[in-house]
Amino acid sequence: MKHRVLMQIGLALILLFGLAGSAEAADKVKAVASFSILGDMIGQVGGDRVEVVTLVGPDGDAHVFSPTPADAKTLAGADVFFVNGLGFEGWLQRLEKASGFKGRLVTASDGVKPLTMEDEGHHHDGEEHADHADHAKGHDDDEDDEEDEEEEVPDPHAWQDLANGKIYVANIRDGLIEADPEGRAVYETNAAKYLEAIAKEAAAVRAALSALPEARRKIITSHDAFNYFGKAYGLEIIAPEGVSTESEASAQDVAKIIRQIKADKIPAVFVENIADRRLLDQIARETGAKIGGTLYSDALSGHDGPAPTYLDMFRHNVGALTAALSS
Amino acid sequence: MIDALTQPFAEFAFMRRALIGCLALSLSAPPIGVFLVLRRMSLMGDVMGHAILPGAAIGFLLAGLSLFAMSVGAFASGLAVALAAGLVARTTILREDASLAGFYLVSLALGVLIVSMRGSNVDLLHVLFGTVLALDDAAILLLAAIATVSLATLAVIYRPLVLECFDPQFLRSVSNLSSPTHLIFLVLVVLNLVAGFQALGTLMAVGIMLLPAVAARFWAADVSGMILVAMAGAFVASVAGLLLSYYANLPTGPAIILLCGVFYLVSMLVGVRGGLVWGLLPRKHLEA
Repeated sequence: MKHRVLMQIGLALILLFGLAGSAEAADKVKAVASFSILGDMIGQVGGDRVEVVTLVGPDGDAHVFSPTPADAKTLAGADVFFVNGLGFEGWLQRLEKASGFKGRLVTASDGVKPLTMEDEGHHHDGEEHADHADHAKGHDDDEDDEEDEEEEVPDPHAWQDLANGKIYVANIRDGLIEADPEGRAVYETNAAKYLEAIAKEAAAVRAALSALPEARRKIITSHDAFNYFGKAYGLEIIAPEGVSTESEASAQDVAKIIRQIKADKIPAVFVENIADRRLLDQIARETGAKIGGTLYSDALSGHDGPAPTYLDMFRHNVGALTAALSS
Repeated sequence: MIDALTQPFAEFAFMRRALIGCLALSLSAPPIGVFLVLRRMSLMGDVMGHAILPGAAIGFLLAGLSLFAMSVGAFASGLAVALAAGLVARTTILREDASLAGFYLVSLALGVLIVSMRGSNVDLLHVLFGTVLALDDAAILLLAAIATVSLATLAVIYRPLVLECFDPQFLRSVSNLSSPTHLIFLVLVVLNLVAGFQALGTLMAVGIMLLPAVAARFWAADVSGMILVAMAGAFVASVAGLLLSYYANLPTGPAIILLCGVFYLVSMLVGVRGGLVWGLLPRKHLEA
């Protein structure tokens, strides 16, 4: 009896290790991406040669992500780690230290000309404020800028401009080549193809938005992620003033948004922090503004969602914008 | 001053809607609360508030934030729990309070579970707390309809209900209206919670029902007086809560319920019938 149990355990162990071994056998480059948009880009450039793991998955919020021990383990076994930079990953230093990551760190936004966002100008609440301060610290950890954290900090959401997306792709390509020189040809071909697709999408975005009447090219949104997009494609992004980003809206919040929409004649609202559909409908009823759909900014959707890839995200966002803004 | 009180309502339609919704709720829920208090069923009201959650959650699961689906679901599950708790109390060794506690916990857990199956935590918050600022035409009509039905029904069963509160043995000996009255009353409780749930969410709906009623106990001697005081208190607290939310930038539902709570605390302290302050003063009638 005892023998049988032992044999079973042994068999189970053999099976287990055997399976694990076979999974590992495929000699792929192990890349870790800090968030889903980078993950998609790496997949496009790396193709079959690269195994991508994304730390902040689809629909996750990289701003408030807190790494788990499992993430540290993932990172420790990785060959190359891609991050956005510009202070987007406030948790980066901690995770890097904790995981003992020895591979190559690639900052995808290297070479991007960053926009800045002023903390004070935005009238965000305390939480958001701390968030931005975190960005600042993550970015220039070496210089002590705690004192002037109310000053301008770089806006990390650079990927919302497709021109910057090209820089990202180039950085990813170079990073992969350094980590896996044998795959150079594959990476270069994939990247070239992808860059072409991005350029095509950029033209499409520009065409779709310039087709809108000029007076209607503005939205009100609580998202602080669309400044690059707005600047690149001529869309005025207006932040709701003094509205807290908490989930419970007060009468004052709603009143302020309504006043602002009426005063600026804003044709569409994309205020997702007031996620209660009923409240948005109320605002729409009272102002005549259209309620826009969901805009994807910091994370892609899942595979079945409307924005599973970087380029799909643009298609979806532009679709939502034109649907709400065309008269 | 007057301008500050009226300006938000004059300028914004959503404030006017909220005001109408609150008026309807203040007319229908507090009288029910008064009877709950008199029948020592205050905690049962609380339990029922949670009991409507699973049904509302199933409605939410099937149809999103749909007024109709969530209301029907809430009504069904609230009524089911009310009847089941009564049945358990009558047929098993458990007292009603124990079986209510059991149903309350199960309902809450089930409701939270069902909401999370579909939505995020944010959605859950909306179901739990509702939003009086987002009342649309359909919701206002529902509130007004429930208030109308509730008040009319209460007028019909008023006499047996009052008897049931003060001398249930007598009522049972002279008529067989006791059980039907109790059942109709339970239906009214659930209906009003469904109404309150639209505006204030499941957790707060009980507040506007019970707090003004408890407070009214300190002001009026008879049932009709208590009902009037409770209605007035609820309405004043609602309007003040809306204005507080507008000027002080606070979430509306909690602001309204908190002001109901203030009404209760003040009544408890200085209410003319058994307020704490009067108990501390020397009593005149003992002087000869």
